[in-house]
Amino acid sequence: MNYAQARWTDDDDRYEPLLSEKSSETVSTEDGPLPDDLTRDSLTLPDVSEPELARHYTRLSQTNYGVESGPFPLGSCTMKYNPSFTEDLAASPDAAVHPDQPTETTQGTLELLYRLQDYLGRIGGMDAVSLQPPAGAAGEFAGILVAKAYHEHNGEDRSEVLIPESAHGTNFASAAMAGYDVVSLAGDDDGRVDLDALEAAVGEETAALMLTNPNTLGLFERDIEAIAAIVHDAGGLLYYDGANLNALLGRARPGDMGFDVMHYNVHKTFATPHGGGGPGAGPIGVTDDLAPFLPAPRVAESRGGYEYVDPDRSIGKVHGFYGNWPVLLKAYAYIARLGDAGLADASAKAVLNANYLAEQIDYEIPFGPFHHEFVASAGEQDAADVAKRMLDYGVHPPTTKWPEIVPEALMTEPTEAESRRTLDQLAAAFDAVAGESDETLASAPESTAARRIDQVRAAREPRLSWQSLDE
Amino acid sequence: MSFDVPDDCRYLDSHEWVRQADDAATIGISDFAQDELGDVVFVELPDEGAELTAGEEFGVVESIKAVSDIYAPVSGTVTAVNDALFDEPELVNDDPYGDGWLLEIELADDSELDDLLSPDEYREQIA
Repeated sequence: MNYAQARWTDDDDRYEPLLSEKSSETVSTEDGPLPDDLTRDSLTLPDVSEPELARHYTRLSQTNYGVESGPFPLGSCTMKYNPSFTEDLAASPDAAVHPDQPTETTQGTLELLYRLQDYLGRIGGMDAVSLQPPAGAAGEFAGILVAKAYHEHNGEDRSEVLIPESAHGTNFASAAMAGYDVVSLAGDDDGRVDLDALEAAVGEETAALMLTNPNTLGLFERDIEAIAAIVHDAGGLLYYDGANLNALLGRARPGDMGFDVMHYNVHKTFATPHGGGGPGAGPIGVTDDLAPFLPAPRVAESRGGYEYVDPDRSIGKVHGFYGNWPVLLKAYAYIARLGDAGLADASAKAVLNANYLAEQIDYEIPFGPFHHEFVASAGEQDAADVAKRMLDYGVHPPTTKWPEIVPEALMTEPTEAESRRTLDQLAAAFDAVAGESDETLASAPESTAARRIDQVRAAREPRLSWQSLDE
Repeated sequence: MSFDVPDDCRYLDSHEWVRQADDAATIGISDFAQDELGDVVFVELPDEGAELTAGEEFGVVESIKAVSDIYAPVSGTVTAVNDALFDEPELVNDDPYGDGWLLEIELADDSELDDLLSPDEYREQIA
């Protein structure tokens, strides 16, 4: 099997130039209506024909690699294929509403938002949902703020949030940003929460335990009911990081396990596009006790229609208006299209695909049994070099070197979207790389349009805006 | 591979060094530490006048491989910060005991130096 990504030059060091580097023209801006001291006298703009412009962007897209290029088993990220029909819906004129429109004219939008609140609540086993947070990490932060407001309303001044050391970095950041001291919990030998360590760490300062289940090794926290009891007995809340909800979809619910607050990553579980700087959505769900503190507003039923309401003791707004409506619409469409049976089928196939792929590859997988993802070890090889080399076989590599509990980690999550043939292609890439020398790995990638990136220079001399073009 | 461990410094087991000159001292990270970290791309340091407490973290050094806290080998008040590192973090790699120094401090209690590792003890630790 050969792979060669689109290329357009004989010179290996030459990437597609910037538009302004192709050809540019300086135009006078002196005739503008704005005051002279606020404007530039001239402006340099790219000067290219329409075909040149079209080819420029097509070339850039050809040097990218996405879910529509090939398998993308980036562990913990749940890189599902984003169905086109959801894009069509979000782009349709019927979806084009203005947030300041009178609600009498946006009843359809409100109805869908209301239903999405209901669907997410039922999927997570949560009593109330806010759709406002604009991303997964933003939802996480909002969820911790809701937990904090709940404690404060009850006259409790708790200072600590407990987080397993293998958790996503956002957990530590969310807790710290909310003003909490983070207490990191070591795991047990099986890669799960150590109940003795939890008992020892929990106390009257414990505001919450943040947990991902299945955890970042793909392992289900079998003691979740005992964990919930320990945290609740101390007066703390249990926070569910929805990053791995795709493993449980339609089969088990965080609410039933004793979780009090959770966030949903709609870009993972419900197949909306991953950020890349664009708008996202990270709804949060809570139990009845915490519902009064949710961000404002939420959508409620009223006299045969729908309206916005502010929860009584809301933490306030965490984003403009009602959240990122087009993204929420895509998540709604995905859930509605799949239905109960389809969602349960998705999680089953996600788990099956991960386990099938794991059986095919030569790398050791120290922890199991796992669900929707597994963490293999590159052993004596450097995991980052393995990742670079996998690009040469036309597949996206797994997440590397994390979680650190597995040496030279290759964190792999194929998702339910891949066929058996694609999984076999992926396994062939893993195994080809597993048998290669360190020298081959160190010089990879060779088949991609862009070769090994100079990470040191990129970090030391970042060029982050058009202004740096002048430097 | 052997690492440079100058005899005029004392060391913390988390790989920071301190070099005393009367009531003042200079702090940095060891040759071994910079080699383990790899190419340093960012250094975060406290401002002049900040108080350091022995054994507590005071800054961050970030490389392509890792982000690591830096711990104070001794207590004291920061009298100078190596501003050059903000533009040239690679100085930590190139010259960890010279141009790659991090802070100068006024020592709060120079007896704390006795609690640190001697050059020989530190050589043994990283051997």
